[in-house]
Amino acid sequence: MTQEEKKILLIGYGNPARGDDGLGPALARAVAARNLPGVQVETGFQLAVEDVLEMAGRDEVIFADASVDGPEPFFFRPQEAEPGEETFTTHHFRPGSLVALAVELFDVRPRTWVLGIRGYDFEMFKEELSPKAERNLEEALSFLLPFLEGGRGPGKGGAFQTFTGEKR
Amino acid sequence: MAQEKSIKRIAIHPVTRIEGHGKVTILMDEKKKVTQARMHIVEFRGFERFVQGRPYWEVPVMVQRLCGICPVSHHLCAAKATDWIVGGEKLTPTGEKMRRLMHYGQMFQSHSLHFFHLASPDLLFGFDADPAVRNIIGVARRHKDLAVQGVMMRKYGQEVIKATAGKKIHGTGAIPGGINKNLSIEERDHLLGDIDQMIRWAKAAVDLARKYTEDHLEELKEFGSFPSNHLAIVREDGALDLYDGGLRAVDAEGNKIFDHIPVQRYLEFIAEEVRDWSYMKFPFIKSLGPEKGWYRVGPLARINTCDFIDTPLAEKERQEFMALTGGKPNNITMAYHWARMIETLHSAEKIKELLHDPDLQGTDLVVKGEPRKEAMAVIEAPRGTLFHHYKVNDEGLVTMANLIVSTTQNNEPMNRAITKVAKDFIEGRDEISEGLLNRVEVAIRAYDPCLSCATHALGRMPLVVEVRNGSGEVLDRRIRG
Repeated sequence: MTQEEKKILLIGYGNPARGDDGLGPALARAVAARNLPGVQVETGFQLAVEDVLEMAGRDEVIFADASVDGPEPFFFRPQEAEPGEETFTTHHFRPGSLVALAVELFDVRPRTWVLGIRGYDFEMFKEELSPKAERNLEEALSFLLPFLEGGRGPGKGGAFQTFTGEKR
Repeated sequence: MAQEKSIKRIAIHPVTRIEGHGKVTILMDEKKKVTQARMHIVEFRGFERFVQGRPYWEVPVMVQRLCGICPVSHHLCAAKATDWIVGGEKLTPTGEKMRRLMHYGQMFQSHSLHFFHLASPDLLFGFDADPAVRNIIGVARRHKDLAVQGVMMRKYGQEVIKATAGKKIHGTGAIPGGINKNLSIEERDHLLGDIDQMIRWAKAAVDLARKYTEDHLEELKEFGSFPSNHLAIVREDGALDLYDGGLRAVDAEGNKIFDHIPVQRYLEFIAEEVRDWSYMKFPFIKSLGPEKGWYRVGPLARINTCDFIDTPLAEKERQEFMALTGGKPNNITMAYHWARMIETLHSAEKIKELLHDPDLQGTDLVVKGEPRKEAMAVIEAPRGTLFHHYKVNDEGLVTMANLIVSTTQNNEPMNRAITKVAKDFIEGRDEISEGLLNRVEVAIRAYDPCLSCATHALGRMPLVVEVRNGSGEVLDRRIRG
């Protein structure tokens, strides 16, 4: 399967050297290790403008990141385009801005989702997840994998609905 | 106490301690006179502990965790230090040129990202424009060609990095004493395919930045501007060299304070002052002392400091840049953007030059010599001069690490820029408008500071603007992305 045929893109981002900020890359690694057909996995410290190019040709795009104060163990929701955000620094780019940029620049409109896995310890330069974050990661994986297996994204066939930890 | 209560406090600060982002506080007295303006940056913490006890050969990879925007600069600077540890500082032609190619790719992508996606909204729409428009999406809607160019230039730079470092992030290309891969013919031809377009776009970006500066010269001459010293590395013949060279510092008039100082002697010429209100240190030139010895680094300082640029298109632009101030250093803070684009053009020219060099297909990749236990290295990162200093023990384990990053060196200049803008635009006002607050940010953005924010977890507001009175009451609140 060529990269173009991988209709689902998962971008797991964060800094693994800052404790639970590594949740996004940890999830990406776990999914990539399963080598699921139809699923392209990317990882990075943060989202970047050129990620809009990766979004082209995909049916679904999932942004996986650590969440500082979101519900436990994770939340999963559609990510709409969020135009009009001001940017203070090149060191930060939000999923909503990326979705908006993909539409404006390249008319790329995949279904887009955010998976926010709750983290707790974001101290600098500690290359491990906290025990609670590890458990949340496992729960997030259990939730996400059935959608990804067989190349089926969460938006296909109306199978998906927004999930927050509070509803569990 | 009465006086304290009458002071109005304007704070631009992050919500939580883990942000790692900047905080700006502007204090005004009862007569609406600015009494103090300061920028606080939570400097990266704990790195020394993180790296201590680790083998030196792991350091070039580990240090990339310091910054998500310029990991390549840390990777290469650490690699240059470990070259000294293994006695392999005189690299093979393939080793040095591969590293240089990686570095120019990094400079090209970082500068492009900053200019097109962070600075251009202010330049294209003006400081007072509606914030709903003054952002990257606004640029995408009204100047789509520029926004696309920014994305494609950033992508190209990342591809250069991938071809030289092995991957876009956390590359492993540079190793102690050399490099672990050469450039294949296929990689070379792939990169050559787009390089002329990149040079054309970079040239157009210089034109845009120059025209903006010239068109707004009277306003920009004063905007957050002040005379200062400038520091950068230069090649032996005085040329701009972003990868290697000796330290040169010039004063606001262009007189040399010191020149061609090898990095191994940096502690003889540069010291760092600690101030009780900031985590971040304040470096200064020792011979001038902390009061007069502070200096600027980065694109503006580099163009001001070098004698010439060794690529034709960028050199022509440098000459125009210097002509604006009669050949003396340009001290206009907003001229950072123009200088940054000259370096972007230079980087593209250097990439093309290197891609045509057969040494990149060489197979002699690593050298080693007499090992050492202490090493210093310097490189010009996109934001300015970057120092790495390490000591190792008999087992090759790191016992000491000291880093001076560019944003630390621009700490005092950024504080001065904020103070100048606050006094010029906010002092005496009844209301602090969005446009006025944005001017403070515009001055900071010119330096493209690294805010050591390699975490970006969901749910955090990177920057919150609060206006407070002396009693701590919040009068206004704004959020920055």
